[in-house]
Amino acid sequence: MQTKYLIIGNSAGGIGAAEAIRQMDKKGALTIVSDEPYPAYSRPLISKYLTGERTLEEILFRPPDFYDQNNIIFLPGKEVTHVELDHQTARLEDGEQIAWEKLLFAVGGKPIFPKMKGSGKRGVFTFTNLDDAKAIDRFLDNARKAVVIGGGLIGISVTEALIKRGVDVIVVEMKERILNTILDQQASLMAEEVLKQAGVEIIAGHTVVKISGRKAVKEVILDNGVAIPCDLVVVAIGVSPRPELALDAKLEINRGIVVDRHMATNHPGVYACGDVAEAYDFVYGENRPTPIWPNAYVGGRIAGFNMAGVTAEYPGGTAINSLNYFGIDIASAGMPTAPNDDGYETISKQEGNIYQKVILKNDLIMGMIFVGNIEKSGVIFGLMRDRVNVESFKQSLLADDFGLAFFPRPLWQERLTPSPDITLQPALPIEAEEETFAGE
Amino acid sequence: MKRVYVKEEVCIGCGLCQVYCQVEQSQSKDIIKAFKREAPRPLPRVHVERNVEICFPIQCRHCTEPWCVYSCLTGAMHKDPVSGMVSVDMEKCIGCWTCIVACPYGALSRDLNSKTIIKCDLCPGREIPACVLNCPNEALVLGVDEKEE
Repeated sequence: MQTKYLIIGNSAGGIGAAEAIRQMDKKGALTIVSDEPYPAYSRPLISKYLTGERTLEEILFRPPDFYDQNNIIFLPGKEVTHVELDHQTARLEDGEQIAWEKLLFAVGGKPIFPKMKGSGKRGVFTFTNLDDAKAIDRFLDNARKAVVIGGGLIGISVTEALIKRGVDVIVVEMKERILNTILDQQASLMAEEVLKQAGVEIIAGHTVVKISGRKAVKEVILDNGVAIPCDLVVVAIGVSPRPELALDAKLEINRGIVVDRHMATNHPGVYACGDVAEAYDFVYGENRPTPIWPNAYVGGRIAGFNMAGVTAEYPGGTAINSLNYFGIDIASAGMPTAPNDDGYETISKQEGNIYQKVILKNDLIMGMIFVGNIEKSGVIFGLMRDRVNVESFKQSLLADDFGLAFFPRPLWQERLTPSPDITLQPALPIEAEEETFAGE
Repeated sequence: MKRVYVKEEVCIGCGLCQVYCQVEQSQSKDIIKAFKREAPRPLPRVHVERNVEICFPIQCRHCTEPWCVYSCLTGAMHKDPVSGMVSVDMEKCIGCWTCIVACPYGALSRDLNSKTIIKCDLCPGREIPACVLNCPNEALVLGVDEKEE
């Protein structure tokens, strides 16, 4: 078959690209290939699927008629096994060839699986896609006690779901504290506290070296020799880009597929986005993987515009996370802790269950953490994304009532003033106003 | 595309926009009943910001490039291609608050009862939103961007 646009991958990045392409080009043949058998669904919601709070229909990322409505040829449950960049073709597992004009790699990441004895036993799972959630769900009738390896976002997400399903959970985290890549020590402690209150045991500073049992999991052995009996193990130590197809096609790859600010790879007409790509991070000022949902969508959107021939530039992304496991609201972005060198400044405040912190360098925001009260985190993140120099108002950044009114006048005026194209409508006369509210 | 704009120089920070927004979102649509009898009390979709002598209300800007929509994990946030309005599907929203982190205006709020996001919906069924209609100083005005229609 022939298609103008071929998108490999059907998650946030692929959908972002498809929507941008259709915004610009309503007709050009657009094909999405997915190795999963489902329409696009929200991966962060697989934990709600596992708890039984949501069905597949309820975690769909777009309405069921999305592909028809947008005139997209959707090939679910098909794996692309080989891509020929010079010939502009892709081959599917079943041998079918697809000729394309523009190609997007939006294949995502894969769970990192450490070398561990016994990892092939029954009862060992990962937790990144719907099939993982289904597999764990089917197994739960036989499970009382789980060990979750990895105290990152995926680990804590599956921990919450398992606790809701009535399973005892022990989290084993290699580093000194959970969520260490996105939170600082104080915020991690606060998160650990709510986990412990929910009955989760946390073992930090250790790794699992072996999973024992005959055919099924019976216990895990830690690096200090301690054995923990359990009947379920979830390996959640992170995801790494899935660049095999691109490697095979000889694209430039560092940790992920390297893309420029147009989300273009080093091969003309070929783009990449999402967890498989390594795109610009505005905090670090360099390309690096930021495997989070919103960046995948925005990167995909930029790729889509460029694929459709409309030049668009990726503003850059950084790691942003908003979590509310076990009832605690946490938002973080950029650097969780200031690096140990000169020039970094940290402003923080703690009052009871509220903790807020901003990291600055040369009066630019490099990182932020909000625990408890997160309502103004977006205003801070906006300043961070726009690389605004906050020198004149940095002492107000963590004020209780902080908002645009604390910006220098030109800055908030620029954000609130209507553009000249806008017609302002006069309000109704006072009589009409009274009529509206009297006696209703 | 309709948006509510503020003439900051005439805003007196009285907060009536907030009050009438709450009335509009109430069951009774009656100011006394809404504040005295409705539980939970309806939450406002507009907030007045105050910093010494500067004050102005902030509500959803229904952005041309809406970060909240692009960041939404569930597909609950949506920008209508025809009206340009940004709205949230309460059935789909799980209250992850990623849109709060994404919104540079701080225009979104948490409804901790329903665990969903709440935001300005431009008062469906009304020609002029309640905040504009009830601003005593005509500091709030409705703007129409013809280019975005």
